[in-house]
Amino acid sequence: MTKLTTDRRSFLKTSTAFAAAGMVSMPAIVRAQGAARPIKIGLLAPLTGVIAAGGRELVEGFEMYWEQVNKEVAGRKVEIVIEDDASNPDTALQKARRLVEQGNVDFLFGNILANTGLAVANYVKGTGTPYFIPVIAADDLTQRTRIPNVIRVAGYTASQMSRPLADWAYKQGYRKVATISQDYTFGHEQCGGFLQMFTELGGAVTQQFWHPLNTADFSPYLGQLANAGVDAVFAMETGADATRFIQQWASFGLKGRIPLMGAMNATDQSVIRTMKDEAEGIVSCAHFAEGSKEPATVKFVADYEKRYGKLPSIYGFSHYSGAMWVAEALKTINGKVEDRELFLKTVLATELKDSPLGSTVKFDAYTNPIYDASIRKVEKRADGKLWNVPIQFYPQVSQFWKYDPETYLKQPPYSRTFQGKTG
Amino acid sequence: MTSKTSTTLRILAGLAALVLVAAPLAMPTYYVSVATQILIFAVLAMSVDVLAGFTGRTPLCHGAIFGTSTYVVLYTATVMHMPLPLAMLLGVLAATVLALVFGLLAVRTSGVYFLLLTLALGLIVWGICLRWTEVTGGENGLRGQLRAGLMLSTRELYVAVAVVVALVTFAMWRFVHSPFGLTLRGIRDGESRMASLGYNVPLHLTIAFTASGFFAGIAGALYAVFNDFVSPSTVQLSQSVAGLLMAIVGGVGTLFGAFVGSFIIIALEQAVSSVTERWLMVLGLTFIVIMIFAPEGVIGKARLLMAGRGQSKTKP
Repeated sequence: MTKLTTDRRSFLKTSTAFAAAGMVSMPAIVRAQGAARPIKIGLLAPLTGVIAAGGRELVEGFEMYWEQVNKEVAGRKVEIVIEDDASNPDTALQKARRLVEQGNVDFLFGNILANTGLAVANYVKGTGTPYFIPVIAADDLTQRTRIPNVIRVAGYTASQMSRPLADWAYKQGYRKVATISQDYTFGHEQCGGFLQMFTELGGAVTQQFWHPLNTADFSPYLGQLANAGVDAVFAMETGADATRFIQQWASFGLKGRIPLMGAMNATDQSVIRTMKDEAEGIVSCAHFAEGSKEPATVKFVADYEKRYGKLPSIYGFSHYSGAMWVAEALKTINGKVEDRELFLKTVLATELKDSPLGSTVKFDAYTNPIYDASIRKVEKRADGKLWNVPIQFYPQVSQFWKYDPETYLKQPPYSRTFQGKTG
Repeated sequence: MTSKTSTTLRILAGLAALVLVAAPLAMPTYYVSVATQILIFAVLAMSVDVLAGFTGRTPLCHGAIFGTSTYVVLYTATVMHMPLPLAMLLGVLAATVLALVFGLLAVRTSGVYFLLLTLALGLIVWGICLRWTEVTGGENGLRGQLRAGLMLSTRELYVAVAVVVALVTFAMWRFVHSPFGLTLRGIRDGESRMASLGYNVPLHLTIAFTASGFFAGIAGALYAVFNDFVSPSTVQLSQSVAGLLMAIVGGVGTLFGAFVGSFIIIALEQAVSSVTERWLMVLGLTFIVIMIFAPEGVIGKARLLMAGRGQSKTKP
């Protein structure tokens, strides 16, 4: 009845099964003995490298939430292990491996740069470790190539927020727009969302400029933008590039002459915090606006300012909210983080109510949140600090805007060559 | 008597190496993957040593050759859905062809010019990987599930890599100790003399460069399976520098020093980076210390010390 001679493959299978059973059952015993084992979170943050400043704010936001709840959720202590991904995908991958295989963390959190996030996501695809990405905006992580255990808590897809901005721009009467952007996927996707929306409404994007990351001198682009004869310009810049672009835009005398719109990262606190008048008046679209009058936002901003002496950036906000989101889910399942399937399902079913946004946020069917987005304008606060103040709201903005997800996913992902216009 | 002790020494060294290679198998899986990485980078460092130590030309482009193989393996296996052995073969082939082209361009220079020319060639590869987004994925790189497709556990992969590395090491050892390798050392020590003896120096150098690229390509193909991911940071300058530093720390011209160098650098990086984010500083200080106290590298120094103890031993 049973075959006694086993071939190599079935031997491998059974021995792997035994090994796996041994590995799984051992923690089960530990679990049964001490239910109060702390929940271990691995936080990957770029503490060195090109985006180190953002990485520190990420950690601040994340820690602020856990401090407020005394590092405890559902009766279990929370232990956070922070690793530096050095703004490098290979390092990120290595550190993720260490956190999962050596640190035995229950889930991973963090990363800023898309390439680091994509590398870690590819790794956890194999291990099944839950991985939460409040900042990684790469479209396809929640679209064409989504991974069930990778969830974008309190984050957004790159093209999600530039669509309402395009709609707003069209309603302002702008018909011809030029875009300038850093030449990498994050920029391609944000500009793609903008361009597709704007042209579908009837506007035209007449010129698109792509410049390498870390451009010191924008004058060749600014000269062309000044003479492009457009009604407005959309700028997709991050970090030091954003600072330099906005400064040079102003010193070229373009500020006030041509309306400037930015991606949310171009006017993020991490950029405008150190600036003076030059950033004033730039319009962007985001789910979070630190200048909002919403009581929940006002409280969060005040708390953050008290704790760290500065206004919160998108990195701090999203990791604060992301931590809250996951904590809410953990409360629902009484802290049973070991049941990964239940945990992931519960996170996706959880509606975030008490976040700094003030409004309830939930996931779409593709593990990306749906937000009430706000069009924001950079204004001066009473004490002279710049911040983003909402001027108009777009309720229930999903990563698919008003398109049918199935149809939308049939179009290719945005790239330098595909910007949403077919033919 | 000396030959007897040296045989015993060799057997002991072989046994020690075997124990060292087997040791990670008893450790948690994370250390097994670190050990796998050490072996792969040792091959890269050895391929650098073939040129730097045995041919007298120090290259700064081997990270790019290594990474080209990684890119090709991941591209052919995940985008073109080729079977993995074929993909790896193509990866090694691509690295070898690239090394041949680089070799043809670079071998007529020497010294610092060779260093700078190979550096520039490596940067071209980096630039292409970064900008040719449709194929290389740009900043985001390429991802695959090669390891999962192989159905190998971390430990099984380690054993497989160790076997390949052992074979490649043996091949390289044979290569540098062959009559051809002897010619290369001749070129290292007296290029004009070899030329006047009738040896075709550029041809020898080109072949050495290509062979070294072939070995780096094998390391790159292994890395593709191990890492399941490649991005421009794999072909960037720091990767070439890492390969060279490993060869230098272990001892240039010792071949096996590459294992020591790879171990020291990767283990140090692992240990220090978990304590402080300033681990690069510690790494830098370590290099300085090694350069002051053992400029001939760890294995080189050890050999000198041993030769010093056995006074009777004279150089051949």
